[in-house]
Amino acid sequence: MTTLFDQLTARGRVALGLFALALLAVPFFADGYLISVITLVLWFAYVGQAWNVMMGFAGQLSLGHSLYVGLGAYASAALFVHFGVGPWAGVWLGMLAATLAGAIIGTLGFRFAIRGVHFALLTIAFAEFTRIAFDHIGWLGGSGGFFLPVGDAAGANPFDLRGSPALFYYVILALTFGALALCRRLLHSRIGYFWLAIREDQEAAQAVGIDVFRAKLIAVMISAAMTSLGGVFYAFFYNNLFPEQIFSVGRSIELILAPVIGGIGTLFGPIFGAFILTPLAELVTWGVESAGLDMPGIKQIFYGLALVAIVVYRPEGVWPWVARHLRLVHQPGDQPSHRAGDRP
Amino acid sequence: MPLDFYLNVAAGGLLTGLVYGLAALGLSVIFGVVRIVNFAHGELMVIGMYAAVLAAGSLGIDPLLAAPVVAALLFAVGYGLQRGLINRFIDRPDHMQFILLVGVAMVIVNGLLIAFGPDSQSAQVPYAFDAIEIGPLLLDTTKVYAGVGALAVAALLFLFFRLSLTGKAIRACSDNQLGARVVGLNVERLYALTFGLGAATAGIAGCLMTLLVDVRPQLAPEYTLLSFIIVIVGGLGSMGGALLGGVLIGISEAMAGFLILPSMKSMFSYGLLILVLLLRPQGLLGKRP
Repeated sequence: MTTLFDQLTARGRVALGLFALALLAVPFFADGYLISVITLVLWFAYVGQAWNVMMGFAGQLSLGHSLYVGLGAYASAALFVHFGVGPWAGVWLGMLAATLAGAIIGTLGFRFAIRGVHFALLTIAFAEFTRIAFDHIGWLGGSGGFFLPVGDAAGANPFDLRGSPALFYYVILALTFGALALCRRLLHSRIGYFWLAIREDQEAAQAVGIDVFRAKLIAVMISAAMTSLGGVFYAFFYNNLFPEQIFSVGRSIELILAPVIGGIGTLFGPIFGAFILTPLAELVTWGVESAGLDMPGIKQIFYGLALVAIVVYRPEGVWPWVARHLRLVHQPGDQPSHRAGDRP
Repeated sequence: MPLDFYLNVAAGGLLTGLVYGLAALGLSVIFGVVRIVNFAHGELMVIGMYAAVLAAGSLGIDPLLAAPVVAALLFAVGYGLQRGLINRFIDRPDHMQFILLVGVAMVIVNGLLIAFGPDSQSAQVPYAFDAIEIGPLLLDTTKVYAGVGALAVAALLFLFFRLSLTGKAIRACSDNQLGARVVGLNVERLYALTFGLGAATAGIAGCLMTLLVDVRPQLAPEYTLLSFIIVIVGGLGSMGGALLGGVLIGISEAMAGFLILPSMKSMFSYGLLILVLLLRPQGLLGKRP
């Protein structure tokens, strides 16, 4: 569950390689619509991966991750619009703001021993608080929205992140692969093992001398920083920001769908979840529309039913189950080169 | 003169707050006994609101009179939810329960959206523009009815848990699940009963709320969060705390809306929540675990 390549069978490696190749080739054969759908899928995979660091690895449920998306988006957009600073510099301000926010929430929450559901509510409260605050910041457009100048959609200016859908596609693809590699590295680091210990049993982790507070705080900060990067992408991809959309609880819940469906705590779960969920939702919407019905909330109903079905029937997520049945990973009885727990 | 203004605003907030408090009471009862955080609470409340609006619109029934029927309806919904779906999650990790109810909430709120559309609807009552004068106070009749109604239902619920045998059995489950089983209580049935009661309370709060605001599906998540805030501020599992929290939030919202900006009023609720979580996580009237 915890390794990227070690645990994959030969078949799994081939499947992963083919999948990566197919993703790289998408802009060469797909039309604009398909590219934009897969861009969205990858965005959810990326942000889901970021959320997974906090919930899947360290076991801290956040339902306020829209806060970090929003901070990243607004910070980079404000620098770009008001000072002409490009997104690659703005990223740093966005990450700084989000990391700081994560550190504040984490410090308050963990210092005062707020756990489980109460911690999740604390994260919601901070996101909602910020949403209303941003509604009233005129310099950032307030509730009327903040708009970036629309760039030349045909060209490619990677420095200002202005250009064709293909440019955005490759940027988010790189982010997704980068996040996957980073998460794998984190899981096999000292801090990664600390996180798993805390997730399984916090008291036991503390008893063996792990600095629980510090480890959890690092998880929140890394997760927040990664998520804010997704926010920067969001700002430059959509060119418009509304506090009501970007900071909403609904957005936070959308962010957790992919990892929950794919498999909380797994490396491929967020990616797999995003790739099955978004196309299925598009299919449901298409089916309802072609049946001549007008149902504005049908996609959300589908998401809700998917959540319920997953937690009832396959709480560990779809990916572990698929990987087991298609023999993409070694079974506990096989002899993989080495497994996660074997390392010191 | 200005003092009268403030008093009027505060009294209006207090009456609205009692309805908030009643909704939160339902959430608190469910959490206190079943130990499940009902993330679909505001959704149940908004179902109650739509039922009241429908009854008023098509049959001309006053929401206050529709309340018992709506309560019965939501009791059935809650009972069924607990029996059919939630009960198997009693021993699962917190986040699983939470995600389950987030899913249920999404289905309900978007189902309402499809059924009734995104626009506001209201229940017409003949006394919508009347006012009652008490000393220096001039109070909307609707607010007085809603507030008094909420207080009455809360008192009934309190008496039920204090005096009736079923109420005592439910409290026994809440105190010690294993012990309750040992003495032969049917814990599953009592849990379902409690969830049904909590949902019915939310439904009645919804009926009362239609006297005060127009209903639209998007209210549901707002009320869920509001109920959470109130319950945590007041103290999880404390019935008096839920009412007190509701009144506090009601008054602070009304004051903030009056003194600063109406659109910023909920910022104060969230601010209050953060403060209470940090300084007194067990809530104002809650006992330390």
